[in-house]
Order: sequence, then C-alpha cells, then structure tokens
Amino acid sequence: MNLRLLAWKSLISRRSTAILTVASIAVSVVLLLGVEKIRVNAQSSFANTISGTDLIVGARSGSIQLLLYSVFRIGSATNNISWDSYQTIAQKKGIKWTIPISLGDSHRGFRVMGTSKDYFPFYQYGQKRNLQLTSGKPFDNLFDAVIGSEVAKSLRYSVGDEVIISHGTVSTSFSEHKNKPFIISGILEHTGTPVDRTVHVSLAGIEAMHVNWQGLVKKRTVGKTLSEANLQPESITAFLIGLDSKIMSFKLQRYINEYAGEPLLAIFPGIALHEMWRLMSVAEQALLIISIFVVIASLTGMLAVSLAGLNERRREVAILRSVGASHWHIMGLLITETLLLTVAGILLGAAILYSGIGLSQSIIEANYGLFITIGLPSQKEFAMVSILLLTGFLVGLIPAYRAYLNSLADGMSTRL
Amino acid sequence: MVESTLIRLDNVEFCWHANAKPSIRSGKLCIDRHEHVFIQGTSGSGKSTLLNIIGGIVTPQKGQVNVVGKDFTQLKEIERDRVRADHIGFIFQQFNLIPYLSILENVTLPCRFSGVRAKNATERSGSVNNEAVYLLNRLYSKSKFGFDRKTSELSVGQQQRVAAARALIGQPQLIIADEPTSSLDYDSRQAFMDLLFDEVNTSGSTLLFVSHDPTQQHRFDRVVEMSTINTRGSADL
Repeated sequence: MNLRLLAWKSLISRRSTAILTVASIAVSVVLLLGVEKIRVNAQSSFANTISGTDLIVGARSGSIQLLLYSVFRIGSATNNISWDSYQTIAQKKGIKWTIPISLGDSHRGFRVMGTSKDYFPFYQYGQKRNLQLTSGKPFDNLFDAVIGSEVAKSLRYSVGDEVIISHGTVSTSFSEHKNKPFIISGILEHTGTPVDRTVHVSLAGIEAMHVNWQGLVKKRTVGKTLSEANLQPESITAFLIGLDSKIMSFKLQRYINEYAGEPLLAIFPGIALHEMWRLMSVAEQALLIISIFVVIASLTGMLAVSLAGLNERRREVAILRSVGASHWHIMGLLITETLLLTVAGILLGAAILYSGIGLSQSIIEANYGLFITIGLPSQKEFAMVSILLLTGFLVGLIPAYRAYLNSLADGMSTRL
Repeated sequence: MVESTLIRLDNVEFCWHANAKPSIRSGKLCIDRHEHVFIQGTSGSGKSTLLNIIGGIVTPQKGQVNVVGKDFTQLKEIERDRVRADHIGFIFQQFNLIPYLSILENVTLPCRFSGVRAKNATERSGSVNNEAVYLLNRLYSKSKFGFDRKTSELSVGQQQRVAAARALIGQPQLIIADEPTSSLDYDSRQAFMDLLFDEVNTSGSTLLFVSHDPTQQHRFDRVVEMSTINTRGSADL
C-alpha cells in the first residue's frame, strides 16, 4: 500500500495549512542552519586572522587585550615596549624573524600601523598565506604607505594618492599631520582579516610624522628639521615573532615573560584566539538556543494543525478502515503526513538558506568582513537536520495515536 | 472444498466499553455463499455493531464469529484487517468517499490494500484502472464526465454509485451495504438497487443488506429481523 501517495493527496487537499506549516518549519531550519553556518564561518575566519606567528609580544597586560590590539586593531595598548628591549629579544638565537608593530594613529577611521619591511614577506594569515600586493610595491621611502584592500575600496584610493594621517585613533581628529602627507605606494590583496582595514607605514615614517610633537600636542616652537631628527623609534607597541623551530617557543615565552628590563607579555596566538572565541561563544550559544525554540514552536504548530484536523478526518479514517486499512496504515498515514511536512520544510529552508547565502555573500563580506561559504552541509548540520526529522516523526506519533483511539471508538461508523 | 456457509455467528456478545451493557447479544446467524440477505432493523438495534463484528473491526468478548472460513476470534487484528481487505466490500449510507481522492482513485482504493482484489481486477480487465472504469461505466451508463474528477462535485446518488463500484472492485466474496439507499430519492433508489443486484449477480458475491426500509425486501432471498439476531433487545442504545 502506497501510503505516501495517500498522505500526499491528503496534504494537497489541505494545501493552505500545509504550506503554512512547511513555511514555519522552513523558517526554523533557516535559523537553525544559518546560525550554525555563521558560527562555523566566523570561527574559521577568526582562527584564520593570523598564522605562522609563534609569539606575540607586548607590554604586560592580558593576553586577550594584547591579541585585540596587536592583531585585531581593537582597543589600545596600555604601555609600549622600549626599542632596546625589542632589539635585545629580536637578537636571540632561534628567532627567524620579528615584525614590530607601532600603533596610535589613524586615517579617516582606519588604523595606521608602523612596521618594518619584514612585515610583507613574513606576516601570514589563513592557511599560512603570505600577503600579496594587488598593485604598487611595499613602502620604500619615508612617507610611503601600503593600504589594505578595504581601505582602498571604501576611500577609493589608488597608488600615488596622498594620505594625511591624524593623530590618535578617532576619525574626526583635529590634530592632523598635514605637513607630512604620505603617498600610497602599494595596495594589498584582500585577506578577510583586519589587515584589509589597516594603513601600513614604516616605523621611521611614524617617527618622522611625530617630529616636533610632544605627546599629543604639537610643539609651538619651530623644531628640528627631519634631517636633524633621529628617526629610530624609542618604543614600539608590540611585535610578532617567528621561530626557526616551534620547540623553542615555551622557552622563549618564559624568557620574555621574565624579562628583567621591563614587564613584558608573550602569548601564543592560537591559544589566545581560542580563549577569545570562548568568550564570544556565549552569544553563539544564545543564538543556538533561540533557534531551537523556533524549531519547537514550528513543530508545535504542525502538531496543533494536525490534531485540529483529526476530528474532521474521523470519517476518512473509518472509510480507510472499511476498505481494509489496518490501524498501522492509519497511523502510518498520519506519521507520513507529518514527515512529508517536515521534509518539505527542511528542503525549503535549506533552499532559502543556500540561495540567501549565495545572493548575500558579497554584501555580508563587504559589510562584516565575514565570508560565508556555501559548501556541502557539514556533519553537524546533517545531525541537526536528522534530529529535526526524528522530532518531526515523534511529533507525528501524537496525532497518529489519537487517530488510533478515535478509530477504536468509531469502528466503521462515525456518528455524524 | 468450499464451505457453503460464508458468515456464521454463534452466541456472540459484544460491548463497546468494558462496563457498559452489551451492544449485541446474538443467537445463531448463518449466511450462505451467494445468498442475498436483507437485515431489517431500526437505528439502535445493534446493526452497526453487527457489521463491525462481521467486518473484523472488533471482536466479541464472547461467542464465535466465522467469516469466509476464518475464525475471527482466533485471528489477530492485522489478520482480520487482511480478511476484510481481501474479501469484503462495504457501502455505507453516505460520506463513503475520501474527499481528496478522485473518483477513479476512490474506486481503486481497496486494491491498494489487497493484492487479491488487485489481482482479480487485473485478471478481469487487464488492469485495476480498467476494471474501475468498466465498473463505473456500468454504473453510470449515461454519464459523460471524466472519472479523474473530485468526488465533491458529485451528487449523493452519484457518490453512492462510486461507493458501490469501490465495494465491487476485485470481486470480494461479501458485499455489505449499510443503508446505502436511505439518502436517495425513490427513482435513484430503484436505479441503484438494480445496478447493485446486476453487479452482485455477475460477480457471484454474497450480499448482506442492512436497512430499516422494508420496500426493498422483495428483491432478497431472505429477510432477517435484527431483533431475532440481537436478543439483547433494542430498547437501550
């Protein structure tokens, strides 16, 4: 006996409620799988922010704070590292490269980062990917700047344009380094990391810009000319270390953390990223719980519709019994109906989600820096959908059992 | 060897609820193969209960029920469902049809539940659908409409003919008609009875016709008063 056909025809005959039920399940599927997709993609894009770096060193503070300002350009350092300490540590044996980072200035809302030329060959993100320039070249002259792809895109900059850097990190700063404009020498390829939102200049450039400044105030008196000034920085904000061999990393971390010259902190970027993700996972859990409740609501809706229709279907059940349907057939019919609704809801939801991602991929990436891959459903998504399907089946048991009880009481003759 | 008795009830007692009075308490009832029997009874006389017992929907708490050679009191529910699917066709007073199926799908419905009836239908007409069309054409000699239409567009008389075609498809041994004509006017009633008898005679099925309306009695081999089957008395429901 082909119950699916009967179930299908019966649903078609009640198509308005069936469509609404499918739509509500689809919405819950979109939410459930969408939250999971965003979570997975956010986590991987987060974990891909920096790679190939063994240690991040900054003034002693918290590891998450250090990670935030050195990698994500969020917040600011409480203290700097003296140039001497940086040099001492950078000379240690086993260190392959170091990248100094000097922060504190900005350009129209984008952070300016002073660094060395080593940044371009050694800084890595994603799966150990190096930075690439889409046009121009790394900074060479004192007032050269290399900008991230997003800076270039949103400010419509190209190689050769002039950039005036503001003091401090507010976009509407009144103290601008107007007398010392930078020239864009290169634009970096899109990375999906905070690099895209950074203006890179040389450490000397940062120093040069600040000649004749004292702290946050411009000196009134006519000061030195650039040629007179010593452009070697006195301090930097943080630096990244790449090692010859990972075995050294613990030893070096201890050395830095116990460094006698000044209080420093060295962190493993992977561990710090993980710690930070754990902080953010509260929000992710909350979203997951909300979507689970939406799923429950949609299944409850389906149950309500199914139970409400049951009384009108007593006659139908009696007819089916009279032509030879067993109780199992009747229950199978009702379970098949709820399963069909659930499957249709899942398929519709997945279709909406995937086409939605397909359509909004570039918009999400442009606005939130998050690239959501379409890809095949993950194991976890499959598990979620399977649980939903199983729940749909279990929900279907309730009207099925009620129909069984009704049919026991009615026999072949419903009293109409 | 084919037994000549198709239905035999012996001292059957059945109540719908555990503590209720029995709905039926029968003496002996025997119906032979190919017999056309009219059971006359008013509503509340236990007719529905009797049909549910013969159809194997319920089993009596006491007594013997034997239908198409099967002892229903010894069979499991699913086995009784099987017997009903294979050997019994029902026509009820009204609302016989599944509203979401077409005329043709309603008629072929028993063949979805019974391989035996599907086989019989195929043997006779080549396919289940052909047999359904054949039966419908016989019952609707003057009809011009397609059988893929929804049953909701049919008049009550037309619906009863579809129900009869459904009961007859696959030549079940027993046709049970429960007040099939009571919602029809006089002319439709005569036409319906003519068709029903034609078909039952052609297929050689046993006909068990239950009604309170004595005007049709003359067509039958035998008339049984419900009160003689159900000795419980018809005063209480």
